[in-house]
Amino acid sequence: MQRSANMPRSILPLSICDLRLIKGDRALLGGVNLMIDHPGITVIMGPNGAGKSLLLRCLHGLIKPDFGRITLGHQSVADSSDQQAMVFQQPVLLRRTVLQNLAFAAPKTAKTDPQCLMRALESVNLADRAHQPARMLSGGEQQRLSLARALLSRPALLLLDEATASLDPASVLLIESLVKAQSAQGTKVILVSHDQGQARRMADEVVFISNGQVAEQSPAEQFFTAPQTPVAQAYLAGEISF
Amino acid sequence: MDSLVEAFRLIISLDADLFEILWLSIKVSLVALIIAAFIGLPLGTYLAITKFPGRKFCILLLNALMGMPPVVVGLMVYLLLSRSGPLGWLGLLYTPTAMIIAQVVLITPIIAALSNQVIEHLHQEYSDTFYSMGVTGRRAVAAYLVDARYALTTCILAGFGRAIAEVGAVIIVGGNIDHLTRVMTTAIALETSKGNLTLALALGAVLLALSLLVNALVIGVREYAAKRQYA
Ligand SMILES: Nc1ncnc2c1ncn2[C@@H]1O[C@H](COP(=O)(O)OP(=O)(O)OP(=O)(O)O)[C@@H](O)[C@H]1O
Ligand SMILES: [Mg+2]
Repeated sequence: MQRSANMPRSILPLSICDLRLIKGDRALLGGVNLMIDHPGITVIMGPNGAGKSLLLRCLHGLIKPDFGRITLGHQSVADSSDQQAMVFQQPVLLRRTVLQNLAFAAPKTAKTDPQCLMRALESVNLADRAHQPARMLSGGEQQRLSLARALLSRPALLLLDEATASLDPASVLLIESLVKAQSAQGTKVILVSHDQGQARRMADEVVFISNGQVAEQSPAEQFFTAPQTPVAQAYLAGEISF
Repeated sequence: MDSLVEAFRLIISLDADLFEILWLSIKVSLVALIIAAFIGLPLGTYLAITKFPGRKFCILLLNALMGMPPVVVGLMVYLLLSRSGPLGWLGLLYTPTAMIIAQVVLITPIIAALSNQVIEHLHQEYSDTFYSMGVTGRRAVAAYLVDARYALTTCILAGFGRAIAEVGAVIIVGGNIDHLTRVMTTAIALETSKGNLTLALALGAVLLALSLLVNALVIGVREYAAKRQYA
């Protein structure tokens, strides 16, 4: 599946309608309704086990929901999959060199242009590591490489699930600036984070998930100054109860 | 003791009989290994990454076949190739080709089952990422084979070790005919029963050395891979 460089940015509006995911007699996602129609960065927050990762995985097509509908700019998840990219919390890199990892993920246009891959490496400060085994990089470097890999396909939708959770502050800021730059170029970003500082720095909009449902969806400024729901207030104050 | 000294003289003097036997052993096992790898690696990989009904049963079967006694394999191939058997008209019984067939039957399940475990492990790690990158089908199989290259090499070496040291199957279908189908293991069995310990000991020493070499290679490959986080 190759992706074209100038794809239509038709991922919005992103609409999730009554999404349910049931395991046994427990609803992991209990009817998620969500409409995202603004570009920019949407940060998903919520307590552990709320269903944030599951929601992101449904969006990406990694999990088939039991019920409900997701449309991305009037396409199904499957039809939009080549316009999406995802960065996971644990970077998964091939047992090859840094450069080979990028080459493996690169669209055809980039493969014929070695400069393009080197530029991508430079953007994440890994150009001098190009020929090292990728899995010998540090955690932060590996995550930078996964981001560079995800951006190679110029996705219209970029999903990040706690991608900076175990990184040092400098790596976090570097990744944030790359994601912001990508967003400024028109990529819709949806990012899961527990880091309030990060959410404040990045978010245009916050979606708060609790117990497998959307509790609140607000512009970032409003969410952090005056959260509407008691759960979000408690979460921000650090006193959420499970 | 005398026969031990004599045995080493045989090896050092590059005794023609000994090397004829050694060369045939290696040739038969190598050809069998190449064929078994071409069948076993894709089969193991396919079973690791493709979901279909009966997949678990296939893996179970492979693992059961892996432990099959060589004499049983020999018997099966014998029945297949014997004059009254379904493939008897090929006239392959008591030829090196028959020994290759028996060894392929013997080690293909080993290579398939071991590589299946290796790839299954890798698949757990890679599947989400491959899905995300749109890597499917043949491209995925190729990527798994490349990324598991070191572990798969050790699977293949294990197959070779088993093939070269095996006696039960090749003696039944090869017949241990001098200058034609006599390999190291069958020669050792014969010479020992004849009381000719010299040649038996010499061949035994060579076989042992080969086994050491294969195992040293396995360890070397593992360490090389581990050092680069490629394991
Ligand atoms: N495959 C599964 N089978 C059963 N339950 C699952 C499965 N995957 C996740 N869950 C449950 O679903 C709930 C939501 O999981 P999810 O990973 O989406 O949480 P999260 O919001 O991402 O939490 P965190 O902040 O800890 O990452 C959890 O209670 C989890 O135990
Ligand atoms: Mg999560």
